Order: sequence, then C-alpha cells, then structure tokens
Amino acid sequence: MVRVDGSGSSNSLISVRNLGKNYRRGSEEIHVLQGLNLDVDAGDFVAFMGPSGSGKTTLLNLMGGLDVPSQGSIRVAGDEITHMSAGKLTAWRARHVGFVFQMFNLIPVLTAFQNVELPLLLTSLNKSERRQHVESALALVGLADRMKHFPRQLSGGQEQRVAIARAIVTDPTFLLCDEPTGDLDRHSADEVLELVQRLATDHKKTVLLVTHDPLAAERAHSILHLDKGVLAEAQTSGSRA
Amino acid sequence: MKYFRLLRVSLLRKKFRTALTIGSFAVAMFLFGLLITIRISFNQGVEVAGADRLIVMNRITFIQPLPAAYEGRLATMPGIKQVTHATWFGGIYQEEKNFFPQFAIEPESWRLMYPEFVVPDDQWKTFMNDREGAIVGEGTAKRFKWKIGDRVPIKGAIYTGNWQFNIDGIYTGAQRATDTSQFWFHYDHLNESPSMFYKNTVGWYVVRLNNPDDATQVVKKIDDTFSNSSYETKSATELAFAAGFAKQTGNIAVLLISIGAIVFFTLLLVTGNTMAIAVRERTPELAILKALGYSNQFILVYVLAESLSIAMLGAILGLGAAKIITLFGNPMPGTLPVFYLPLSQAGLGIVSAAVIGTLAGLLPAINASRLRVVDALRKV
Repeated sequence: MVRVDGSGSSNSLISVRNLGKNYRRGSEEIHVLQGLNLDVDAGDFVAFMGPSGSGKTTLLNLMGGLDVPSQGSIRVAGDEITHMSAGKLTAWRARHVGFVFQMFNLIPVLTAFQNVELPLLLTSLNKSERRQHVESALALVGLADRMKHFPRQLSGGQEQRVAIARAIVTDPTFLLCDEPTGDLDRHSADEVLELVQRLATDHKKTVLLVTHDPLAAERAHSILHLDKGVLAEAQTSGSRA
Repeated sequence: MKYFRLLRVSLLRKKFRTALTIGSFAVAMFLFGLLITIRISFNQGVEVAGADRLIVMNRITFIQPLPAAYEGRLATMPGIKQVTHATWFGGIYQEEKNFFPQFAIEPESWRLMYPEFVVPDDQWKTFMNDREGAIVGEGTAKRFKWKIGDRVPIKGAIYTGNWQFNIDGIYTGAQRATDTSQFWFHYDHLNESPSMFYKNTVGWYVVRLNNPDDATQVVKKIDDTFSNSSYETKSATELAFAAGFAKQTGNIAVLLISIGAIVFFTLLLVTGNTMAIAVRERTPELAILKALGYSNQFILVYVLAESLSIAMLGAILGLGAAKIITLFGNPMPGTLPVFYLPLSQAGLGIVSAAVIGTLAGLLPAINASRLRVVDALRKV
C-alpha cells in the first residue's frame, strides 16, 4: 500500500519523510522537491507521473541512492540511506536496487550474458553460480536464446529486457524503472511493461516506475502524480480494480 | 581475474586507436632501449673500471709518453701493489674505417692487472713465446672473422711501417660490459722497432693499490714525485679516467637523457589525451557501472589499469624489439665497443613506462571516479 501523507507504518519497505531537493542555478535556488512524504510497502508497483521537470527522476534517483537530498530522510528496508557515505551508498545500491533506464544503458562491447553478469561480479558468487543466475534472469525475460548477442544485434525491446534482466539478476530489494518504454515502439513497450508487471505480480517485486505514458502507468497498483515538487495520490489498484 | 574481461573489452573497443597508442609507446620505448644501449657503450669503461686501479699519464696530454723507467719507481712507492703499462699503437687494418684500439703491453703484468680479460692459458703461453704474437678481443675477432693462427697485417700510423702480427689468442670478457674490441701485442716488439722514435717510453701506466681508500694520497704522491721533471704525471682513478675519456665525445649521458625526457613527455601528453578521450566517450557506461554498485575506487583502478596496460604492452614490444636488435650484433663496432641492452636497463624501461602509463591515466581516472551518476546519465 502506498501513502503520501506521512502516515505510513514502520513496516513500510520505503519510507520517505519531508524530502526536499534543491538545485542552484547561478544565484537562483530551484526547489525541485519540497516536504515530500511517501511510504511504499514490499511488493507494491507504483507509477509516478507528472510533467517534465516535476521531479520524478530526481525522486527516483534519491530513492535509488544515486543522489543525496537537500533535506529529509529516506529509509529502505530499515536502512537510513541519506547519511550514508558514498562508499556505503554504492555498496547499498549493489545489494538493494535494480535500475532500468530509458536508454537501456547496456555496455555495447559486452554480450547480453556479460551485461547481465556485471552486477554479479561484485558478489562472492563463483563462475558457475554466476552463470546459473544470469541464465535464469535471461530466461525470465525471454531471452535465453540471445545470451551471446551484443546489444547492437538486439532490437530496442530486447535490449530493454536485457537491462531488466541485469536489474533483477541480484534479486534486489526493489526495482527503479525510469521511463523504461520511452525509447520503444508501442509493441515493444507493451512487451517490456508486461514483463515489469509480471515481476511485480508473479515475483512480488517492489517496482517504482517513472513514466509519461498513461498506458504504462495503468499497469501499476498505484499511480502518484508529482507536480511542482509535490506528490499526490491519483489512483490506487483498489479504485482501478 | 573476473574483471579482466572488462579491461580487455575496453582495450579492444577502439582497436585502431589502441594500436596507435600502443605503437607510440613501442616506438618511444624502442628509442629508449637504443639510447640506453648507446649510453652503456660510451660508459662501458666507467662501468667496468677497477676501484683499486689508477691511471698515470703524461701531465701535458694523453698522447705524450712517459719514461719506461718510471715503472720501477712506481712499483716501490708505498700503497702500490702492482704496475703495468700500455702504449697506444693506432694502426690501420686494411682501411681507416676499420678502427679498433691496439695497445703495446707488458704481457705478464697486464694479465695480472686485468683479470676481467679472460685468455685461455694455452693461448697465452703461445703469445708469450711469440714476439710477433697478438691477443685480440672476441668482438674484433668476430668483426674481421679472425681466428687463432691468422697472420694479420696492420699499417702503422704513428709507428710507421707494415706490421705483421700472429693471432695467438682471443680474449673474452668476464662481464658483459667488458670491452672486447682491443688488440694487444708485445711492448718489446714495438720498443725494439726502428719506428719507435721515443725509445724506452710508454703511453701510460696502470697501478693497482693495496687499498682503494688510499687513492687520493697515492695519486698525490705519484704526481708530487714526478713534478718538476721532464715528464710530469697526471694520475687519476681508473673510474675518473674512464669518465673523463667518455666525456671527450661530449656529455653523451645528458644528451641522451634530454632526448629520452622529451620523448617521454610527448608520450605522456599523447597517452593522457587518448585516455581522456576514451573516458569521455564512455562516461555513460562508467556511470552505469557506478549505478550498479561499482565503487569510485574500482572506477579509478579500472581506468588506470587500461592506461597501464597500454603502456606495458607498448614497453614490452618496444624494448623487446630493441633487445632483438642488439642480439643481431654491433652495427658500429668501431664507435661502440659494446652493444647490448642489459635486462636491468630493460626493467628500468618497463618501470618508466609504468610511471608514464599511470601518470597519463591518473587525471582521466580521477575524473571518472568522481563522476556523478545522475549528471553522467543526463548526458546520454
């Protein structure tokens, strides 16, 4: 269950309190996020919508430990990440977060298998264990037969599915998907969204999705609107069901 | 080892550019190898100079003689253990370009004085019994394809006439840096010749000290003894003498170091630029690695390892080529008495390449490690 009023229980997987993020452009202070509260339970599939520049990606980056807030706190699975050192935050990301980006961001000189294996190199798994994990992840996204293909040999939709496999291969605490279908045609986008939805419903993955696409957001359990740095609950799975 | 693939694919990503950068390193290190080889050749006398030996020569100049009678006086001076002498012959074998040093020596004391010149006993015995005999270094013997028993004509330039010598022996060097280009024959043969215009004189003396620490006192004692005579002396340790002799051709070491420094500095700029471009091109990928959990330190080491790998590959290729060239023999035996690249100096080249590779990659590596993921991904 998702709440934006700061009334979430201590059992929330992600708990954001009074979050603010400011940028300085010359002498001007820009408040991207202000006093934002959010609670996300394990297994939730939340879509964030809003106009460009509303702070969706900034919020995602803050929750993913890629950026640090100007104020407020973020707790994920009991870990307060806002005061972590850069080194600890990096290690925390490796353990807890799976990222899916709009541009796929695969390493072009590595095969699909090698791209998916990248996060596992940071673990203590041996070679054969890594192979098993990578094969399972690629099978889950339907690309078991494309393991030896380089990104340039794959379609956009397939590239994004490889990126999803890379995001889930370490079995992270939650997935952050930033416009995962923004660079795909409708058919490929549907395939990717179907996959993300399946991860949330069948595999009980917590998924936070930023999108401009209402059809993509429709697949989430909850849709939140972000505008001028303020978060508002638009719809829940209960109301859509 | 599990990260080696990342390094390998980074190097192979732009094969042509990587090959050119490695090639730059290889050419520079090849040049470094040859410069070192030439420097060693010019300094070979310095490197093998005996710590306990002094050279005593005419105070006016090296080419002015000293009386043979000084030998006895030197031998009785305190602190001196042994004395020998040599005289520069300066003959020509067939053509002037076939230069090699020829000395008239006093054989018995010479052999004791220079144990680094190794002559088999049977060959030495033949030489001692042959008035026209000669011992030649293996470098010169190979150069002119001389073998034991050959009769060699040498045209006198200082001591006129057509001289004939029998090759009775071939010496080898106890060390790799030992000069094996020399040619020795009996002093008596020269002194008894009608061409010897200063009878009973020698070119220079070599004395061995009882204690190398006494060199300063003994040098002063020798020069004081012969001061105000017709043949004043100038004495120096063999090391100082060899260094001074090497400097007669100019300060080769400074020249070579200057060339090497310019080459290395250029290499630093070229490689630094290449690495900066490579890192800039891969900014989104490095950002993704960081997003996935690769630490700043990992990124720093990753970029440095790439730069270092390029440097090492280039150094191995360049120094390997230089080593192979030296194995083919001395291209200028008349000018360079020895021509080889010691492994220690090749190792110095490898270390230099490692330092340059590290320095060249340092700034791009630091920038990459400090990369903010959100900023980098915004540039995609």
